[in-house]
Amino acid sequence: MTNRIKKLRETSLGTTPTISMERARLFTEAYKKWSGTVSVPEMRALALRHFMENRSLYIEEGELIVGEKGEYPQSAPTFPELCCHTVEDLEIMNDREVIFFKNTKVQREWHRDNIIPYWENRSIRKRILGAMSPEWKDAYAAGIFTEFMEQRGPGHTVCSDKIYCKGFSDYKRDIEEAILKLDYQNDPLAYRRREELSGMSIACDAIITLGHRYSELALQLADTEEDEDKKADLLKIAENCSVVPEFAPKTFHQALQMYWFVHLAVTTEINPWDSYSPGRLDQHVYPFYKHDVEAGILDSEGALELLECLWVKFNNQPAPPKVGVTLKESGTYTDFANINTGGITPDGEDGVNDVSYLILDCMDEMKLLQPSSNVQISKKTPNKFLMRAVEIASKGWGQPAFYNTEAIIQELLSAGKSLEDARKGGTSGCVETGAFGNEAYILTGYFNIPKILELTLYNGYDHYTGKTIGLQLGNAEDFGSYDELYSAFCKQMEYFLDIKINGSAVIERIYADYMPVPFLSIITNDCISSGTDYNAGGARYNTSYIQGVGIGTITDSLSSIKRHVYENGDFTLRELVDAMAANFEGYGAMLHQIRTDTPFYGNDDDDADDIMKEVFGFYQKSVTGRPNVRGGQYRVNMLPTTCHVYFGEVMTASPNGRLAAKPVSEGISPDKGADTHGPTAVIRSCAKMDHLRTGGTLLNQKFTPAVLAGEDGKRNLAALIRAYFAMDGHHIQFNVIDKKTLIAAQNHPEEYRDLIVRVAGYSDHFRNLSKALQDEIIERTEQSFT
Amino acid sequence: MQSAYVFNIQRFSVHDGDGIRTTVFFKGCPLRCLWCHNPEGLSASPSLLYSAEKCVGCGACEAICPAGAVKIEDGIAKEDFSLCTSCGKCVPPCIGSARSIAGVRMTTDEIVRKCVADRMFYEESGGGVTLSGGEILMQSAEFLSELTYKLYDAGLSVNIDTSGFASWEKFEAVLPYTDTFLYDIKSADSTKHKAFTGVSPEIIFENLRRLSSIGAKIYIRIPVIAPSGDAGEEFEGANFTEDDLSGIIALLSDIRFQKIFLLPYHNTGVYKTKSLGMTGNYLGNFPGNLPFVPPTAERITEMKDALSFAFGRDRVVY
Repeated sequence: MTNRIKKLRETSLGTTPTISMERARLFTEAYKKWSGTVSVPEMRALALRHFMENRSLYIEEGELIVGEKGEYPQSAPTFPELCCHTVEDLEIMNDREVIFFKNTKVQREWHRDNIIPYWENRSIRKRILGAMSPEWKDAYAAGIFTEFMEQRGPGHTVCSDKIYCKGFSDYKRDIEEAILKLDYQNDPLAYRRREELSGMSIACDAIITLGHRYSELALQLADTEEDEDKKADLLKIAENCSVVPEFAPKTFHQALQMYWFVHLAVTTEINPWDSYSPGRLDQHVYPFYKHDVEAGILDSEGALELLECLWVKFNNQPAPPKVGVTLKESGTYTDFANINTGGITPDGEDGVNDVSYLILDCMDEMKLLQPSSNVQISKKTPNKFLMRAVEIASKGWGQPAFYNTEAIIQELLSAGKSLEDARKGGTSGCVETGAFGNEAYILTGYFNIPKILELTLYNGYDHYTGKTIGLQLGNAEDFGSYDELYSAFCKQMEYFLDIKINGSAVIERIYADYMPVPFLSIITNDCISSGTDYNAGGARYNTSYIQGVGIGTITDSLSSIKRHVYENGDFTLRELVDAMAANFEGYGAMLHQIRTDTPFYGNDDDDADDIMKEVFGFYQKSVTGRPNVRGGQYRVNMLPTTCHVYFGEVMTASPNGRLAAKPVSEGISPDKGADTHGPTAVIRSCAKMDHLRTGGTLLNQKFTPAVLAGEDGKRNLAALIRAYFAMDGHHIQFNVIDKKTLIAAQNHPEEYRDLIVRVAGYSDHFRNLSKALQDEIIERTEQSFT
Repeated sequence: MQSAYVFNIQRFSVHDGDGIRTTVFFKGCPLRCLWCHNPEGLSASPSLLYSAEKCVGCGACEAICPAGAVKIEDGIAKEDFSLCTSCGKCVPPCIGSARSIAGVRMTTDEIVRKCVADRMFYEESGGGVTLSGGEILMQSAEFLSELTYKLYDAGLSVNIDTSGFASWEKFEAVLPYTDTFLYDIKSADSTKHKAFTGVSPEIIFENLRRLSSIGAKIYIRIPVIAPSGDAGEEFEGANFTEDDLSGIIALLSDIRFQKIFLLPYHNTGVYKTKSLGMTGNYLGNFPGNLPFVPPTAERITEMKDALSFAFGRDRVVY
């Protein structure tokens, strides 16, 4: 790592996240000036342009890629037109111990006097919450589901190669041409399209202005800079910003700067979920790399340094400040810009190139949480690339994640994408599949599957809110057979899915009508040609996802009921429900029996795994194919971010012996401690789910560093990945666990039954080791990280 | 159909032969290696394991034990292992999960079914199934032949993890279907070998020579044992004095083997010994502390260097 990068990285990691009020101020000024006099898309674009014309610029010493969302690194703008924070919200953000955003009393008072009065009754959040039904509100309050769009805009979108082929002056011309082609006589929506296109045209000006301003600032700074090297850096920035974003990039350096300007515009126009991603960056910028190297103006070290400058930029932008349930479902600074490396080309050939390896080197050197870095592994991916990725993963900070290219392509094909669009696609956010540059695939919220069973068992009553909110389908003693109970559970699930989807229909409409995103529409195919906004169905594909959470917990709960109540008659359903309500206090023997003698998901045991298949199948069929208001369809994901913790908090104990308020299972992983047969059994269980019918699943595996040590360890990990992918697994990532986790496992062995450690010549479950040996391994684990 | 007592089936076993493997541990062993880390495999029949530290004193075991082998004393279960028949009735009701039975009778079909589950992992990694113990070759020739054939027929690579202490007839039973032998050499010195393991090694060496002469693929495994401060004379230097090393090198010099693995001694067995109700060590002498400690990293490096010098660096694995 060069000194330049070291310094930039230190600034990025050492700077305290703060709130930036500048965007709120400039957007509010713009709304006050133009609102009501122009169309909504034009209003949005004018606000963006006003922001770009007047916002502060920032060039950090030594940086080669410029631009921040706020005034400085780690300063996060707010989006009052979506979510108008109260003064208390700002105080909480300032004071909370984690995921804090520092802000001052002066800022809060200014916000109170200037932002709140204008936005508190105009914000999208207010509009959304006002438009929801009482059933929706009850279900939301009870934690049956979350709502992604109440504080953040529809996102989960990824850049294609578009921005490297044309500049925004070219797109402005395309837009003007599209306006000229409008057919007012035959198209009743022609006027609406013109307003939308007009917004896009203004949005082009907005980003072009930002480039010009940076170019001018860099020139000014260069004028007074005496250090020759620094002066050269500034002149290079000035030159680059005079080309991009107005014109198409000509060099590798300009290509990266182009992306970054686009990223800033997308993420300050609105606060879309998962920010924005460069997608298949290695393939997009490889032609520039090749050209520059051949022309003798770049070498691999220089290219790596530029990539690292870009990495710092991602890490400088914490996710927009969240509050309430939205914070709980995604309690992290990470904004999930997710770079896909490897995979295959649009022609179906191996996509790994020299830049792919540079990106791996960059990941390895930078060890930053942002951007989320992943690799796509296809059948054609060279082992050399896979092994290099495994080597980085085995260092123990969770990245890169591994994605299955063939699974992604089949998922996209089965959702109706063309083969070429599917091959250009990948995953963004956590694990969500999308056709990059062509699709608006919107996550609508998490769905708490285990809680559906809980409500069914309590005859619709919710202990968390103290209200009856579900269908009343019978008391525990009324269910004479497992099938009766299961069909009641299915009915209950459909009931809440209907509530969720009805709500989403309203919310998507609100965004389409009141919160268009003209800038994002410019760079998403086919918004210009259709004259339709990204948020209104303008993209080529328009998917809505509902993310299922807790498949492990629900499987084990149903398995427990089936085994103990209906097969063995160990206790009645009434006794079990009473035990759940009592958090199993006074039911020690029952709890023990459930925990030690139930087929649990994650052990390659068909008795449990068949239940998982049935529940997943029902959930998937109930959601997939339902229409959304943007002309697309609903599909499912199976991922939690941090929502499995929140969904556990709103629940009583469950039939699988999970205690009240404890997290439900995460991703498609088994419930904590349920799997006792090692990683291959977990993978086998997980692979029984039909991943290809989803838009992404998430599987985490834990190892201590020693299990993965040496060439053999890495080869075995690579084989584990290849085998899972051969079984159509979508995603896997490895947590190489640390000393703290081992100490927790020593104190709470029941929660870490699946933890495997390498002891000496062999590996064992940590829980099976004597305290002394555990202590030794704890010591050893610490050492192996140094 | 043949069957045998199995006490563990370890999936994702990555240190027992090539690739990702499933290791099947069979009950029964003719050796009593003092450092044994799987003492629950020694006896040929099922064994009760009881960890007193997990006992919550509920008394469920005392109530259910048909042999009267358990008494609750001072709020904790005391097990009289001489009365225990390892029937296993006390295991399910034990709230603290302090009890388990090592040893379940399984047919060859049942074993194969468990092993086949991870086929895709074996195929991607060059792995397969490792039969271990105890001493796998203590099972009958009929069982061995049937099981290895069925695994082979299912397309799985079979490794035999053996002490070599078995009649040649047992080797002949597994030979047609075995991919690799993981062959333990504890010491080349007959006296030491007897003191360490309770048996003389001549038959072990003889079997190794025969395997080598017919071209079997062999991985030698050497446990590396360091003597503790108060070890007796016969444990002087444990198994890696210069004489030991040159003895092993001489023994292996006319053996055709692929690799040598060094396995540092670890005292995990001690904990399990208590759970099995064993006092002292497996040979019945040396009550109290074992005369061994884990070897130092320097010692292992020295040993690795000496073996590398004799056989080539790429063949010695630690």
